[in-house]
Amino acid sequence: MLYAILCYNSEEAIGAWSKDHHDETMARLYAVNDKLAQQGRLGPVARLLPTTAATTLRKGREELVIDGPFAETKEQLLGFYVIDCATLEAALDTAKELAKANPGTGSYEIRPVAEFHPSQLPDEKKPVA
Amino acid sequence: MNDLGWIDPVLSAARPQVMGALLRYFRNLDTAEEAFQEACLRALKSWPHNGPPRDPAAWLILVGRNAAMDDIRKRARQTELPDEAVLSDLTDAEASLADRLDGEHYKDDILRLLFICCHPELPATQQIALALRIVCGLSVKQIAQAFLVSEAAMEQRITRAKARIGNASVAFETPGAPERAERLAAVAAMIYLLFNEGYSSSSSREAEARTPLAEQAIWLVRLLLRLFPSEPEIMGLTALMLLQRARAKARFDKDGDIVLLEDQDRSLWSRPRIAEGLALIDKAMRHRRPGPYQIQAAIAALHARAPCAEDTDWAQIDMLYANLERLQPSPVITLNRAVAVSKVRGAEAAYEMIEPLGARLQGYFYFHGVKGALLQQLGRPQEAHEAFSRAIALANTPAEAAHIRQHLDRLSL
Repeated sequence: MLYAILCYNSEEAIGAWSKDHHDETMARLYAVNDKLAQQGRLGPVARLLPTTAATTLRKGREELVIDGPFAETKEQLLGFYVIDCATLEAALDTAKELAKANPGTGSYEIRPVAEFHPSQLPDEKKPVA
Repeated sequence: MNDLGWIDPVLSAARPQVMGALLRYFRNLDTAEEAFQEACLRALKSWPHNGPPRDPAAWLILVGRNAAMDDIRKRARQTELPDEAVLSDLTDAEASLADRLDGEHYKDDILRLLFICCHPELPATQQIALALRIVCGLSVKQIAQAFLVSEAAMEQRITRAKARIGNASVAFETPGAPERAERLAAVAAMIYLLFNEGYSSSSSREAEARTPLAEQAIWLVRLLLRLFPSEPEIMGLTALMLLQRARAKARFDKDGDIVLLEDQDRSLWSRPRIAEGLALIDKAMRHRRPGPYQIQAAIAALHARAPCAEDTDWAQIDMLYANLERLQPSPVITLNRAVAVSKVRGAEAAYEMIEPLGARLQGYFYFHGVKGALLQQLGRPQEAHEAFSRAIALANTPAEAAHIRQHLDRLSL
């Protein structure tokens, strides 16, 4: 079964990471990625730009365009993984590995995927860090 | 996992909100700073064992306020502080109360804190130093290093700034809409000034020392944008800074000399920063309330969008500069526009545009550089030589002078 692991954290705190802390944390997270890829379980992964760059279209009789995400929360959706896991336990284990690689504040929402359409983007359209 | 690297960023991120709230309680910068320090010390003791509280800012406000009040009380009689463990157990319950108390205030708390740092009675250098110390939480040593001055001199600058603010009055009531707009504009101006302090370096070594200034400015402008997510000018300023900063790696060559925009290796530009800057300027434009930051960001965006220098949309840049000139008439803007005009309508039209600026920009290095380049294109090498020589005499740094000297070499008189 495919699970989405949605990563929530305070983007203020992420924005205050030192370069060293950033590089070390990312190296640990990429190691988790590599392991999942070797096991053939890694789907698409995305890291999102800050919510200040976001725009929300609120549906309704009259559509409403809002700057930023619709709800003001202390933690923001910062990115996600799509991962193949045999059980919820396996998905939780993966989330725990991510938490270990990137300890501190924040949370991971583990959400089973109902429908999945693989990427059809040409390579040059994919932003890399 | 013994990695506690996450704690510092959480403390830094919470700092503006916590300092803002503590300043509202105690109405004194030093007391607020001491209370914040104390709260951080306790966090460093408690968080590694208990994990992060659900709302770190609320935790720090509560603990800092209690510590400072306890300190005040202690002077009268000896009162025991609750045990650390008890305190952090309590905080989740109490945090929601603190949150209610502070949630509605926090925008104005942070804005006030920022605004105090750009108090009109403070000279710009003191405003920036104070903001870096109070809001960003940089140490005096770090600030001194970035400004390339001694620690003692920086300490004195900050102490003076605090003394001046102590004597001046700052309104603590919730500001009305016009006052809030005024505060916002003053804070935005200070942040852009700070950014330029970090950006305007003219050698790679200086740029490296000053990098923290530009990075802190970006951190501050993002903070401001989170507080006012629908202000197009704040989006514009954030976009402008991100788009300029995206070029940092391409601005100097191996020898540490400046590389002009048109000669930069665009593959060195930071793509995530450009993406964020472009997203923000797009958002800002939808509001149809143009302002100087948005226009400058739109110009930077056109450069960022061009795959190579030859693809730059100079006609659009010329038009944007014309708008900027109308909003904010200044000979420097006209000079910048002339560069765009030279690409669209030729050197003759550009030269006509800058000639009348001579009187006002006589002492401006860049003016003589542009003038020389235009005269060169117009086939007037003698006069170009004169302008370039003047520019070299006015150069602020060896790198600037070296750059003009290249032009002189090409003149082959």
